[in-house]
Amino acid sequence: MAVRSAQRRLTVKHAKTATQNACKLCNPLGACLAFRGIEQCVPFLHGSQGCATYIRRYLISHYKEPIDIASSNFNEETAVFGGSHNLKLGLKNVTQQYMPEVIGIATTCLSETIGDDVKGILREYRKQTAADSGAPVLIHASTPSYQGSHIDGFHAAVRATLEALAEKGAPDSSVNLFPNMVSPADLRHMQEILDDFRLPSMILPDYSKTLDGGPWAEYHRIPPGGTATAAIARSASAIGSIEFGSTLEASKSGAGWLESKFGVPRYHLPLPIGIRESDRFFELLETLCRKPRPEKYQDERRRLVDAYADGHKYIFGKTAVLYGEEDLVISMAAFLREIGVRPVLCASGGKSGLMKAKLGELVGDLEGEGMKVRDGVDFSDIEDETELLRPDLIIGNSKGYTMSRKSRIPLIRIGFPIHDRFGGQRLHHLGYRGTQELFDRIVNTVIEGRQNDSEIGYTYL
Amino acid sequence: MEQIGILEGREKQIFEKKEGAAAFDISCEKTSLSGSVSQRACVFCGSRVVLYPVADALHLVHGPIGCAAYTWDIRGSVSSGPELHRLSFSTDLQEMDVIYGGEKKLYLSLIELIEKFSPKAAFIYSTCIIGLIGDDIDAVCRKVQQETGIPVLPVHSEGFKGTKKDGYKAACTALMKLVGTGPIEDISPYSINILGEFNLAGEAWIIRKYYEEMGIEVVSTMTGDGRVGAVRRAHGAKLNVVQCSGSMTSLAKDMEEKYGIPYIRVSYFGIEDMAAALYDVAKHFPDRPEIMEKAREIVSREVKTLYPELQKFKQALSGKKAAIYVGGAFKTFSLIKALRSVGMSVVLAGSQTGNKDDYLALKEMCDEGTVIVDDSNPVELSKFILEKEADLLIGGVKERPIAFKLGVAFCDHNHERKIPLAGFEGMYNFILEVYQSVLSPVWQFAPRKGGSL
Ligand code: SF4
Ligand code: SF4
Repeated sequence: MAVRSAQRRLTVKHAKTATQNACKLCNPLGACLAFRGIEQCVPFLHGSQGCATYIRRYLISHYKEPIDIASSNFNEETAVFGGSHNLKLGLKNVTQQYMPEVIGIATTCLSETIGDDVKGILREYRKQTAADSGAPVLIHASTPSYQGSHIDGFHAAVRATLEALAEKGAPDSSVNLFPNMVSPADLRHMQEILDDFRLPSMILPDYSKTLDGGPWAEYHRIPPGGTATAAIARSASAIGSIEFGSTLEASKSGAGWLESKFGVPRYHLPLPIGIRESDRFFELLETLCRKPRPEKYQDERRRLVDAYADGHKYIFGKTAVLYGEEDLVISMAAFLREIGVRPVLCASGGKSGLMKAKLGELVGDLEGEGMKVRDGVDFSDIEDETELLRPDLIIGNSKGYTMSRKSRIPLIRIGFPIHDRFGGQRLHHLGYRGTQELFDRIVNTVIEGRQNDSEIGYTYL
Repeated sequence: MEQIGILEGREKQIFEKKEGAAAFDISCEKTSLSGSVSQRACVFCGSRVVLYPVADALHLVHGPIGCAAYTWDIRGSVSSGPELHRLSFSTDLQEMDVIYGGEKKLYLSLIELIEKFSPKAAFIYSTCIIGLIGDDIDAVCRKVQQETGIPVLPVHSEGFKGTKKDGYKAACTALMKLVGTGPIEDISPYSINILGEFNLAGEAWIIRKYYEEMGIEVVSTMTGDGRVGAVRRAHGAKLNVVQCSGSMTSLAKDMEEKYGIPYIRVSYFGIEDMAAALYDVAKHFPDRPEIMEKAREIVSREVKTLYPELQKFKQALSGKKAAIYVGGAFKTFSLIKALRSVGMSVVLAGSQTGNKDDYLALKEMCDEGTVIVDDSNPVELSKFILEKEADLLIGGVKERPIAFKLGVAFCDHNHERKIPLAGFEGMYNFILEVYQSVLSPVWQFAPRKGGSL
């Protein structure tokens, strides 16, 4: 009896209306991040001022870099009569002040709801400014937040960028890489791999410099770095596109568009985290350039296998609660299974509807493994589950800190945002190298816990 | 070096104090220019600033997820008890809600959350979208208030309907509905409310301690470490002490009109202003000279310990130049005085929401050559920091990376800071932070200070 009532008390109530401590952000944030990864591009939000400022603030707290996002600054008249005038004036002012090559326009809930015909307005604006030299390319991504979350905005911006810039040219031997929403350090690592394979490549977006750059001797309106527009134009002539993200469907993705429009084959992979998924990525590169991987990466793999052996006992059988964007969660879960850690909850605020199936493809029998999958949840749900499941580890972004503090379960910070630690932009997640870093951090978290809890305080562990 | 221009339509919001300059006629209190990267937020942000610290109230943001997600636990307002304000609640509107209206979702959310958290009151913030789809949030609030028996207060803070200041006003309107609903019989005739003090890093506690030491009862602090119950009794106080020009003067005015409670404006930053804040309150109670005596005692005690400490910093900081860009202009005055007291000068002074009088006063107190800006943006701020060769920028999170990229020291003086800067001890913290950033050896590697690129 006592057991049953305890169980009842512990049952998590699923049906609820309000969202409490969201485990997602809004679409325009994702779009602004993607636009920040295009060379000489200014992100522009068509809507009211607040959204742009909040998003800037949120991104700055993670990347610690200046992030200018312009806004068309709706007021009451704009909301009634439409945003055409404000949008045009805003574009003119951004052009004057920033002299950008590209303006990446994302819509907010407001302009979407009043139904502004942004495509039409931009057509008009282009006509009016056709004679001006140096008129920037205007990219438009539709990003209403009441459909989906930040990750959808990110992919929408990537796709819109290709739609605006990719052009059929003479076929060349390059590949495109659409890495998904990863860290600047990951982007640099991906570039290094492609370069070491001697593969001409285009990574989109590439905010590895714009959001993790050096000091300035003088003022830069737009930080240096980003994918060059010329390279984006050539992407239609590549031999293939590699695209990361298990739940990213061709109909919504950049690579999907290049395939349907220009016949560039799309190679769709999960984010390469863990040995197996990294192997798949490297094998694909080997096939594409018909040569083995550089020895350097085989060495990285060897070290990783060796580290798995050295560390396995500390972590075998440990359990984890895992949350974040769906694609990150899926690949992280596959990696955790590889090292003997059981992700007892895989949670995301995103809701593509594909998470469970895709996760099943990578790890097999979810129920048999004792892995619960929940999408469309917020942190109050995750916290409730954590109370029930009492995992050994919590793995996800900074926003799980409160729950980690309350439950006294250590938090291993990955992904975005990392607002309460230094250096989130320099964390690696991808490839053998990223996996190595993650593995070391997980093992060390367990060791640190043991050491702290031990009465003796061993200095060898 | 790149020439940095000023946008057409912004020239009038910038003024440089110099011999032969055109008559002072800065334009301000306008909505931001489209396409300029304003450092301002929106009406909703203003309301959140004012109401957020009320710790035993439910704060529900009605709209799509972003507005709530970006304001989740971002401010440093601390509470000595309940911490409901640190959670983020949103109706998280989806497409169907936008099409068919969000009233039902709002209603259900409220009922559910009030049951779960038993708040003392609920504030419902309407965001941009609500202004468009036309939800009658007043009606929903009335209904829920009736059913639950707690005050359920709509805050009309649609982002596009004005500036941050209108958000302050909307918040004050909501608070005004609470004021006057609690018992006041046992309130002392020597009593005040502290307005416009948000208890960042415990600042309200520092201030409160001084006043209580003077023998004054603090009925409520609005809204730092705020409680619904205290706000309801606020009309029992004899004086409203209002900090910062913008955010809560409108509540003080409303309370003066309705309850005949006078108000004074103060600032708690820097020695001079902090001391004045104590003396001005004491002056209001002349029939009790002990209050003034006590105020003098506090000031001389605090200054005695603080002054020698500051002298140590003064040597290192003398002659350094500062740029200030903060939310309200009133704070700028105190900062200028505080910096002067350690020998620093101010070369740029600006704010997001100052009014004409503020800027006029600012002009009076600034040195020759100082640039005054209203509603500035990163491009302009960089321009003036470079042109005026500032050694330090004082601002908020959004301004910080500009300073650091250019090799300039930075001090956070916004709502997110975690170190108290108010009061006498706050002055010490402030100058210490300035010193630590300006004097850090890391700048030797900054390209503008001779480091390699
Ligand atoms: S939607 Fe409106 S209320 Fe919400 S952050 Fe944007 S401007 Fe502010
Ligand atoms: S209105 Fe939409 S775009 Fe703006 S912050 Fe809110 S959710 Fe994001």
